[in-house]
Amino acid sequence: MIAIAIVRSRDLLAVVMLTGIYGLLSASFFVVLDAVDVAFTEASVGAGISGLLMLSAITMTGRKEAPRRHKPFLALFVVLVTGGMLIYGTMDMPYFGAVDAPVHQHVAPRYIHESMQEVGVPNIVTAVLGSYRAFDTLGEVAVIFTAGIGVLSLLSLPRRRKKYQTDEATEEQMHERHMVLRIVSKALIPFILLFALYVQFHGDFGPGGGFQAGVIFAAAIILYTMLFGLDTAKRVFNPALIQILAAVGLLLYACVGVVSMLNGANFLDYNALAEDAVAGQHLGILLIELGVGITVAAVMLSIFFNFEGRRQAQLHNAKQKGEQDVSRTL
Amino acid sequence: MFLGLYNYWIVVLLMMIGFYIVIAHGNLIKKLVGLTIFQTSVFIFYISVGMVERGSAPILAEGISDYSNPLPHVLILTAIVVGIATTALGLALAIRIKEAYGCVEEDEIQRQDQLNEDKS
Amino acid sequence: MLAHLPVLQVVLPLMAAPLCWFLNRSKLVWIFALIVSAATCVNSILLLMEVMKSGTIIYELGGWEAPWGIEYRIDKLNAFLLLIISTIGTVVLFAANTSIQKELDEDRHTLFYSLYLLSLTGMFGIVATGDAFNVFVFLEISSLSAYALIALGRDRRALWAAYQYLIMGTIGATFILIGIGMLYQMTGTLNMSDLATRLVDVGHTRTVFAAFAFLIVGICLKLALFPLHLWLPNAYAYAPSIVTAFLAATATKVAVYLLIRFTFTVFGISFSFTTLPLQSILMVLGLVGVFAASITAIYQQNVKHILAYSSIAQVGYMIIGYSINTSTGVMASLLHLFNHALMKGALFLALGAVMYRIGSVQLSQFQGLGRQMPLTMSAIVIGGLSLIGVPLTVGFVSKWYLLIASVEAGMWPVAVLILLGSLLAIVYIWRIVETAYFKPPLPGREAVKEAPWTFLGPIWALVIANIYFGIDTRLSVQVAQAASQSLFGINP
Repeated sequence: MIAIAIVRSRDLLAVVMLTGIYGLLSASFFVVLDAVDVAFTEASVGAGISGLLMLSAITMTGRKEAPRRHKPFLALFVVLVTGGMLIYGTMDMPYFGAVDAPVHQHVAPRYIHESMQEVGVPNIVTAVLGSYRAFDTLGEVAVIFTAGIGVLSLLSLPRRRKKYQTDEATEEQMHERHMVLRIVSKALIPFILLFALYVQFHGDFGPGGGFQAGVIFAAAIILYTMLFGLDTAKRVFNPALIQILAAVGLLLYACVGVVSMLNGANFLDYNALAEDAVAGQHLGILLIELGVGITVAAVMLSIFFNFEGRRQAQLHNAKQKGEQDVSRTL
Repeated sequence: MFLGLYNYWIVVLLMMIGFYIVIAHGNLIKKLVGLTIFQTSVFIFYISVGMVERGSAPILAEGISDYSNPLPHVLILTAIVVGIATTALGLALAIRIKEAYGCVEEDEIQRQDQLNEDKS
Repeated sequence: MLAHLPVLQVVLPLMAAPLCWFLNRSKLVWIFALIVSAATCVNSILLLMEVMKSGTIIYELGGWEAPWGIEYRIDKLNAFLLLIISTIGTVVLFAANTSIQKELDEDRHTLFYSLYLLSLTGMFGIVATGDAFNVFVFLEISSLSAYALIALGRDRRALWAAYQYLIMGTIGATFILIGIGMLYQMTGTLNMSDLATRLVDVGHTRTVFAAFAFLIVGICLKLALFPLHLWLPNAYAYAPSIVTAFLAATATKVAVYLLIRFTFTVFGISFSFTTLPLQSILMVLGLVGVFAASITAIYQQNVKHILAYSSIAQVGYMIIGYSINTSTGVMASLLHLFNHALMKGALFLALGAVMYRIGSVQLSQFQGLGRQMPLTMSAIVIGGLSLIGVPLTVGFVSKWYLLIASVEAGMWPVAVLILLGSLLAIVYIWRIVETAYFKPPLPGREAVKEAPWTFLGPIWALVIANIYFGIDTRLSVQVAQAASQSLFGINP
């Protein structure tokens, strides 16, 4: 339903809002399907960060979508063929929820039955993510890092440009008006940060882990930014520092691997980190989750700061039109 | 058969709606929204695969013996991160395109490029 | 340390990318990146020697054995690919410092090298891994960094090209993800060799067919195979010159590798080629691709566009060799992969040098360059000859084997069409040569100097490799042959 509404609507703001709802709905769907960790992530990403970034983007690119000129028969055809192929593929699939499906017979049973002895972490998802398939997770952190650098290379403002004065007066006014919000959130933000830390370190036992914690941490600071202005936030959280943190997170993760290699085992083999295999696993997962958390929080913040910084630069440029050309040479 | 597979069919429907938005719409932001829907639907597909009837969330606890398959959950955690990374980069590109071309409509951009090409 | 070679190949550039932050001086970062990529190059040579000597190397990441953990599985095929990518990556990087000073702002330099190293990481990761889902993750690393690298181009069309590439690439990746998901659903495993054994039992199901279709279409999107090539020309044309040289010589090769890996190793020859009409579909698409792209190339005004369309045509040749489905055919395909990396690396770098000196790569601007930049232009001529397939160049060797393979398989018409396709290459190369050598310099352009040695060094290194491997074919042929024979299960 939501998806169809998205197709129909031309107002991009509504589309973005609906996408957020879609994210939230799929998150609740994941809960129904017993995937709590995924639901947690999807709720914070699908309904949170991605909606936020999209909102920030449409304030820069405009709200309205132009009406279509031609009927998209070709597109419809491609979609129907693909859909048909997928439906054809579903015909021989094991039934939904069937216990005897191949996925439940091979590979997975070991995770369920042995991970407690081998890794010693009650949350199986964390065990698989952090240890059995730790290299995938390293790749995932690298993807986030890449996106961070990519956005930075696209949106960061050239350094030589003198720092312009934002229209402080109006901004102050705006923030004055939201007095209630400011006080409430000032009280709230420490708790969000605390919750992020809880999620970070409780990932071994319940749903959560580095990625979710990183996103929540970033969300708290983004909230702060929205209420107190970008410049204040940048003074507290220095962008250069954030970039270095993003690099540190990734390096921390990779270094865990290198250390285990130096200890004579394979890359990312945590058994070699401590005398006792299970203790080594605990230490390894703790460290890499920390690395994930740091990088994710730093990159998310950096992306958001870049989006907002660009927006303010645009507003600023729009104010003194004609004086300089808008297009920055890059 | 219907009862056994209906979940997958709904997922396919969602996927195709997303896919349709990506290729049929001209607005760059909306294309990215479509991409998000397309990917999210694929995620739902993966999670459905890992579902076990009467199973519970894969966190070990006393007295529970049936857990749903944790592996798809892990894969999708990774894939969600990859998805948001792509979206962020795509949005950044859209913003820059807006600055360079003054719009985010596919037709308009191609028209401007055509004009340029003819001039040179 | 020798035992860790497979993982070092990927982890070295991965760790070097964030380290670039801490250097923050353009020249330092360049030297650092150069050292790292040279190290990966040495690493891949050692790997290849090891594999040729003692067979497939298996490396269990995290110490977990295969279907539960992720493994790296280096055989002759991917050791060869790793060598190609790391060599080209290093040689191209050599010219980077000079080139990006003209084409990028100072404060983007560190970002550029970081992205470059990440792109390298992604490609190594795709090639080295033996796990299907791991392929997807590293595919995204290499793709995201490629989008960002292309968007660094000065022209605003670079942005649009990068955006189109992002949409197409993500659709491709999502298709691959769907395919992997279906395979996982039917077998319960993600490990490639484990998949191969378990697919035998479920090979007849419709789900596996659908999975196969999605994987192939997804990979072909990345491969820029003929009807799915639309993103490629602009992406190559407007990206910074170094990026074009690097991506043109490596990115599509990785996709070809994936195609070979999935069809031969995972699904197996009998499934891929007997049950499905894949051979004829790909053969036709490859041939049409060669002609359509070559003819389009003839009408281009931008030299980067000419070579980009030529790349699509060359991908067509690789697909033809692959779809002949004999050991010789695949060997020709692999050889062409290696040779094409050498030619396109040299050609696009030479264009980078032209860009550096005159700031444009429009064909009309090439007038008189033959005398003003003799070394650069003669490199373009030799690269062009190689592209056509003139004897004594590498292009000849791979075309020759391609012909042998098609004749051996009794496909005479294919052989004739391959020859005709080469004739088209003569036309578009001749247009460049004609403008550069037989027309006087444009007014106001009399004082153009030869490119600096930082450009000429890597360009001529690649050109000499072009000639060397065209004459002494032992090394490349031997490796390609061994790789393709191992795919077909023949013991040499």
